[in-house]
Amino acid sequence: MKKEITLKINGEEFTKEVEPRTLLVHFIREDIGMTGTHIGCDTSSCGACTILIDGKSAKSCTILAVQAAGKEITTVEGIATTEGVHPIQEGFKENHGLHCGFCTPGMMLRAIELLEKNPDPTEEEIRWGISGNLCRCTGYNNIVKSIIYAGAKLRGDELPSTEPVFVE
Amino acid sequence: MIPSSFDYTAPSSLDEALKLLHDLGDDAKILAGGHSLIPMMKLRFAEPEHLIDLNNVPGLSYLKIEGGTLKIGAMTREVETEESADIAVHFPIFADVAKLIADPQVRNFGTLGGNLAHGDAANDQPAVMLALDAVVEIAGLDGRRTVGIDDFFYGFYSTAVQEGEILTEISIPIPSGRSGNAYHKVERKVGDYATGGVAVHLEMDEQGICTKAGIGLTNVNPTPLRAVRSEAALVGTSLDDAAIALAAQYASEDCNPSTDLRGDIDYKRHIIRAVTKRMINKSKERAFKN
Repeated sequence: MKKEITLKINGEEFTKEVEPRTLLVHFIREDIGMTGTHIGCDTSSCGACTILIDGKSAKSCTILAVQAAGKEITTVEGIATTEGVHPIQEGFKENHGLHCGFCTPGMMLRAIELLEKNPDPTEEEIRWGISGNLCRCTGYNNIVKSIIYAGAKLRGDELPSTEPVFVE
Repeated sequence: MIPSSFDYTAPSSLDEALKLLHDLGDDAKILAGGHSLIPMMKLRFAEPEHLIDLNNVPGLSYLKIEGGTLKIGAMTREVETEESADIAVHFPIFADVAKLIADPQVRNFGTLGGNLAHGDAANDQPAVMLALDAVVEIAGLDGRRTVGIDDFFYGFYSTAVQEGEILTEISIPIPSGRSGNAYHKVERKVGDYATGGVAVHLEMDEQGICTKAGIGLTNVNPTPLRAVRSEAALVGTSLDDAAIALAAQYASEDCNPSTDLRGDIDYKRHIIRAVTKRMINKSKERAFKN
């Protein structure tokens, strides 16, 4: 039996009928048509489907759409403003934080919550913080750099160098 | 992967949830954080006809200290125990264990109550609750009852929470004197189940003599396992190296691991011995730091 749900995605309100078994990630991609949220493993391991629900990072492949009724959801489509890209997007761009880009939306949404809770994380804290997000291209170093950069930008500190680091 | 069809209700009170559960019987499952249940439903290992979602039931999510007891509401998220400064004073073990449960996104939703009620010996919180001598409160239409943690785990996916009942609260006695606790598990990668894990809680008198020891083991037995002989080997000692080595040896002998992709039996016994020793030492260190 279908249920009617109302929720906000990136500030816009939607009311739709869904089957209780509809996963939130399918709802966002197929019912709403926002495909920036990706499906990687579909088993809550990879983090490609990470979004924010009321500001908390969540794996949308492991949450039912009906559970999101009344909630405010943020996806990658909602983080830039009319002013320009979000500092985390700028961080990934400036630091070559992606190759294929498949993990990037989830990685950035996760990083936004991480930086909100811990505005000036150590490298180790960042690595623990993104431990639920897999990237098969970068080897993570540039992702960590991107998050450090975004943290500095959000704090209003001097931005770290974006020069590549070569290991002898 | 999409679960098979089911009906969904999100009641707004515990009574309503209990009535629904009573009426629907075996066909219904309780949805807490959903991070064990939904993956199982996607794989069709579980095909409930009805989900009763507790997320809109108020008053089930809290961490409070009341009369020498730490009380944890069943719907309290793992992340809350990880970040609570109040808890960290007596129970640094919660920061240890939370960090090793799945990953941050899962901990934002996974609940303490769900972790226990799932009844999986591979989960980490059960061993911690054994070490800390927790008491579990279970509600039914007839009222509430409490069950000691030693009588809670019946078998694989089976606990003292019976048909028509909902786990509501976990109580943990707060130690009055010098105490320390710690948890660690060996895992192949972040988010994996334990190859083997050990929770230790120690209490001691002013002379440094151990007065109480709790040791719980993760994923080396069909149910979460209390290392009874190891605990006895520590009580009454000054937690000297010989006593610690004996306790670790007993733990490795008394667990019942099985061979799987994470390792063979000998390897797992070795892990239990090594981690038991390390966690006793860490608990002792923490006890003397307070």
